Amino acid sequence: MDTDPQDHIDSPENIKIPLAYIKGKPLEKIPSDLYLPPDALKIILESFEGPLDLLLYLIRKQNFDILELPVAKITEQYMQYIGLMEDLKLELAAEYLLMAATLAEIKSKMLLPVHSDLEEEEDPRQELIRRLREYEIFKEASINLDSIPRSSRDFYNINSVKYVKTKKEEVPEKVDLVQLATILNDIIIRNKILSAHDIKRDILSVREKMAFILDTMSSEDYTEFTSILKQEEGKHGLIVTLLAVLELIKVGLIDCLQAEPFSKIYIKLM
Amino acid sequence: MNKEEQKKVIESIIFSSPSPVSVDSIHNFLSKEHDINRDTVKELLASIESEHENTPVILKKVASGYIFQISEKYSEWVTNFYPDKPQKYSRAFMETLALIVYKQPITRSEIEAVRGVAVSHNIMKNLLELEWIKILGNKEVPGRPMLYGTTKKFLDSHNLNSLSGLPEIKDVDTSQNTENSEQTQINLNISEGNGENDNNLDDFDNIH
Repeated sequence: MDTDPQDHIDSPENIKIPLAYIKGKPLEKIPSDLYLPPDALKIILESFEGPLDLLLYLIRKQNFDILELPVAKITEQYMQYIGLMEDLKLELAAEYLLMAATLAEIKSKMLLPVHSDLEEEEDPRQELIRRLREYEIFKEASINLDSIPRSSRDFYNINSVKYVKTKKEEVPEKVDLVQLATILNDIIIRNKILSAHDIKRDILSVREKMAFILDTMSSEDYTEFTSILKQEEGKHGLIVTLLAVLELIKVGLIDCLQAEPFSKIYIKLM
Repeated sequence: MNKEEQKKVIESIIFSSPSPVSVDSIHNFLSKEHDINRDTVKELLASIESEHENTPVILKKVASGYIFQISEKYSEWVTNFYPDKPQKYSRAFMETLALIVYKQPITRSEIEAVRGVAVSHNIMKNLLELEWIKILGNKEVPGRPMLYGTTKKFLDSHNLNSLSGLPEIKDVDTSQNTENSEQTQINLNISEGNGENDNNLDDFDNIH
């Protein structure tokens, strides 16, 4: 790989992109007394179809050969555009930043010494060059594709002229009632599946229930488990109570008895 | 029914249709009650075509069959007569379309890789609604992304008989030449296949 050493030591003055030319002299800064509609530059910058398009523009503008991609120069100019876009508060797509990082990576790789005795190292620019060329081919193809005759622009099909101008009117089909019922049923089922699952904060707290059990339980008599349940708390209450009892057994504060499986459970304080 | 009469019937049918009429559908229809073979239908179509040659309304053969059109020479007048101007498509739209046209079957991420930007949902939706592209199947890679390709309607809308009538593009680079030639073959299969493209899906799987 033979890169121009000039690439790396170029002074930034040489690579400023003139905004315009006045009597042949490049204008690099917008004169402070010139009124520019705030969106004027934005329009130029928004016309790029992405980072590859911007890069191609920079390369073509200066008649660089894609194959000899002067990475350092291009990176510098690319960054200026990015800076300009940021100044104009254009929302920078992540793709532009990714390209900036890619350019910086290539640039740094090219600064590394090349070991000619090692097996052939890939030119770090190769992948980017390939992408640029590929993009250019399809950019050109899209322009050609746009220029070939197209129906309702360059030629008209009989019976289609009116069709183009007005929206297609849909003729409703007759629906039979059984089908309608089936469809409605489907919608109901689908809605059930699609309805969001709301997660609500616990109304009953296990901790509160533990305190309640300790409060009401006595250390002399056994209390039957079901008697501490409250009807109004429902299934939720049952679960919380069970959790509270289990928690209390674990910490050894209550004693729990059951004569045989599925029989009544008795609890008392330790 | 003599030939002259058959010709007038065919002309009427095509003239009445908003979309191209295939030779087969005309033949199937006429041969039900009349003794007419496919070649005669073609012959009659050629005769209708030559009769309209120098009139503003011409008979055109496109991918899905025959259709009457305003000739290109007079289309400009038609365009100017109506207040609405023909639809213009954005660069992003045309670039996306070009990639689907020339690199089909292609996935969304493959389009994004070439263009370097995300493909907008609206563009794909628009192309699908125009019926210029369709989903050909799924690529057998993790995630099974959808593969897109062009339709006969795309060809019809551009007065093309097959994809080979499109402007040629340069080769992307030498390393991809072999892949490209395989893809060209698929393209031809799509454009010349009679029915749906189910039979082509196997080919796609083999390639990728």
